[in-house]
Amino acid sequence: MDSYRTGKAAFWHSPTVRTSLAFVVLAIACALLADFRISAHDPWGELGRLLLGVVQPNFTAVDYLGEAILRTLAFAFVGVGLGAAAGMLLALVFRHRTVRTLCAFVRAIHELFWALIFLQFFGLHPLTGVLAIALPYAGVFAKVYAEILEETDPEPSRILPHGTGGISALAYTRISQAWPHLVSYTAYRLECGLRSSAVLGFVGIPTLGFYLDSSFSQGQYATVGALLLLFYGLIATLKLWVRPRLLPLYLLAAPFLLGSGLPIRWQNVSRFFTEDIVPAPLRRGEGLDGLLPWLGELLADQALPGIWNTLILTQVALVVTGLLTLALYPLASRHFTNRLSGALGHTLLVILRSTPEYLLAFILLQLWGPSMLPAVVALAIHNGGIIGHLIGRRSNAIALRPDAPRGVERYAFELTPRLYGPFLAFLFYRWEIIMRETAILGILGIATLGFYVDSAIQEIRFDQALVLIVITALLNIGVDILARHLRARLRLRHTATSEP
Amino acid sequence: MDSLALTDIVADYGTQRVLGPLSITLAPGERVALVGKSGAGKSTLLGIMHRHWQRQGVALMPQELGLVPSLSVFHNVFMGRLARRSAWYNLASLVRPFRRDVATILPLLEQLGIADKCWTASGELSGGQRQRVAAARAIHQQGELLLADEPVSALDGPLSETVMAALTEAYPTAVLAMHDVELALRYTDRVIGIADGTIALDAPSHALGPQDLRVLY
Repeated sequence: MDSYRTGKAAFWHSPTVRTSLAFVVLAIACALLADFRISAHDPWGELGRLLLGVVQPNFTAVDYLGEAILRTLAFAFVGVGLGAAAGMLLALVFRHRTVRTLCAFVRAIHELFWALIFLQFFGLHPLTGVLAIALPYAGVFAKVYAEILEETDPEPSRILPHGTGGISALAYTRISQAWPHLVSYTAYRLECGLRSSAVLGFVGIPTLGFYLDSSFSQGQYATVGALLLLFYGLIATLKLWVRPRLLPLYLLAAPFLLGSGLPIRWQNVSRFFTEDIVPAPLRRGEGLDGLLPWLGELLADQALPGIWNTLILTQVALVVTGLLTLALYPLASRHFTNRLSGALGHTLLVILRSTPEYLLAFILLQLWGPSMLPAVVALAIHNGGIIGHLIGRRSNAIALRPDAPRGVERYAFELTPRLYGPFLAFLFYRWEIIMRETAILGILGIATLGFYVDSAIQEIRFDQALVLIVITALLNIGVDILARHLRARLRLRHTATSEP
Repeated sequence: MDSLALTDIVADYGTQRVLGPLSITLAPGERVALVGKSGAGKSTLLGIMHRHWQRQGVALMPQELGLVPSLSVFHNVFMGRLARRSAWYNLASLVRPFRRDVATILPLLEQLGIADKCWTASGELSGGQRQRVAAARAIHQQGELLLADEPVSALDGPLSETVMAALTEAYPTAVLAMHDVELALRYTDRVIGIADGTIALDAPSHALGPQDLRVLY
C-alpha cells in the first residue's frame, strides 16, 4: 500500500507531468473564453467544393500557374539566400550582446509584418518581398549558425601555421567542420522560405498566396486545387531539384525572376521615417503631455485586447498541437507501421507540415467564417505535422525488446513515456513560433495583435502600427525566454542540430 | 633561426605544479626525443614550446592530430601552408584545388602510402591513416621546427619507420615526444627524459641504450 502511494505521489509530483497538466488546464480555461463559432451558412458545402477542386484540378491556365510558382520560387531563393549570407556574417560576431539582441528582435517580427512595413515605403517593388524574408531569416540564421559553429572542435585551429589569415582559418577549421550541419539546416530553411514566400502573396507580393486569394474570391476552386497541388509537389520534390550543383544557377537566376513590380518612390521612404512613424502627438507638437494619453489609449483599446486574444489562442493552439502530435507520431514510427502504412503515414505528415498555417487558416476561414476555430485547427495541423514527424523519427532510434507489447500497450507503456521529454522540448521550441503565427493570423480577421496592426495600417496610423508590432515582438521574445527557462527546469536537452 | 631557449618555465594545473621549473636550449639542427612515463609532462612541455616559439615557424603535430574530419586528406595536408597563400587562393582551393598543389601533395602522400586516400574525407580513415595525414601536413608546412607528440603511436613496424624518416628528413630541428624508446634513439641526436615534471636525463642519443632509459619508467 505504501509503495502504491509513493508511486502515485511520484507520478503527480513529477515536474514534467505537473507542467503538462498546468498547460492543459490553462488551455481549457482559455478555450472557455474563446470564440469557436462556425458562422458560414454552408461550411461543409464549401469544403466539399474545395476538395472537389483538389481532386479535379484545372491546370489549363498554364501562364497563370507558371507565374505563381516561378515568383514564389524566386522570392524564396533571393530572400533565403540573402538571409543566409547575412546570417553567416552575423554569426561570426554573434558573441556581441548588441548583435544578439538585434537578431532576437528582428526574428521576433513575422515576415508578414515586415512585408506590411516595407510595403509602406518601398511599395510593391520586389525589394519589399525580398527584405521581408531576408531580414527575419538573417536573424534566425545568425543564431543557429552561431550555435552550430560553437559546437565544432577547436583542436584543428591549434595546428594552423602561424600567420594564417582569419578568413582562411575560419573556412578551413570551423566552417569546414560544421559544413554538413550548415547545409542541412539551410536546406530546411529553404523549405520554410518557400512557405513564407507563398504566404507573402496574401499581402500583395506576386507569389502563390496572391493567386490563391484571387482564385478563391472568384470561386475558381479547380484553379485553387491546381495551385495547392503544384505547391505540395514543389515541396515534396525539393530534394530532387535542389542539388548543390544547381544551387548557384538558381541563386543567380532568381533575382531576375522577381518581376518588376512598381518603382520605389523615395519621397515615400523619407516620409515614412520622418512623419508616418512619428507618434501623432509628437507630430502635432504636443510633446510628452500628448504622448502619454495617446500611448495609454493605444494600450487600452488595441494592445491589451490584442495581447489577450493572442495569448488565449496561443495556449489553446499549443495544447491542441501537442495532443495532435501524440496522436500522429505513430504514423511516422516503425514500431507501429509496416512498409505500406509507414509510407502513407509519412506522406500524410509531410503534407500536414508543408501546409503553411497562414494558408490553411485562410482556407478554413473562407469555409467556416471568422472565429478562433480556423486558427486553432490550422496551427495544430501544421505544427502537429512537424513535431509528429520529428518524434516519429526519434522513436525509430529506440530498440524495443523482442517481446514488447503491441498496439495500445506499446504506445502507452513503451514509447510515449520515452518520447515525452523530446516531445515537450520540441513543443516548447514551437511555442514561440505558434505565438508569432497566432499574432499574424489576425490579418485574416481574428482579433489577435495582427488584426490591430493590420487595421492601423489600413487606416494609415503607421505610428500606432509600429508600436503594436514592437509589442508583438516583445511578447514573442518573452515567450521564448519562458520556454527556454521551462526547458532548463525540466532538463530537456535541445541543440541547434535537433531543431525542427 | 635564433637559438631556441626556454628559461625556468613552470606549468600549474590548479594549485598543483605539473612541470618545472626547468630550462631547455635547442641548437639549430638538433633533434630531441622527449621520453618519460605518460603523465610525466611531455605534452605539457610541447604545448609550452609551441606557445613560446610559434612565431618562428613551428609545425605542430599534437596527439589528437587536429584534423578536420569533414575535409579531404588533400585539404588537411594543404592546411599546412595556409599562411603562405592569400585568403582568396585558400578559398578557391577549398572549392577546387589548384593543380600545382595537387602535384606537390600527391608525391608526399605516395611516400607515406596514403595516395589512394587523397580525396577521402579524413574522418573516414583509420587511426593509422589519420596519423599519416597529420604527418604529411606537418611535412608540407616546411617550418623551422617540428613539435610532434607521439607521431607514430598508431603505426606499426615498417610504417612507423617510413613516417619517422620522412618527418626527420623534413625537419632537421625537432622535438618528438615518444614512448618507443628504441625508435627514439635511432632517429634523434639527443634524449631528454622527463620524470615528475623535471628533467631527469639529458644526453646524446648515441651514448644511450634502451636500458639507460628504463630508469624513467
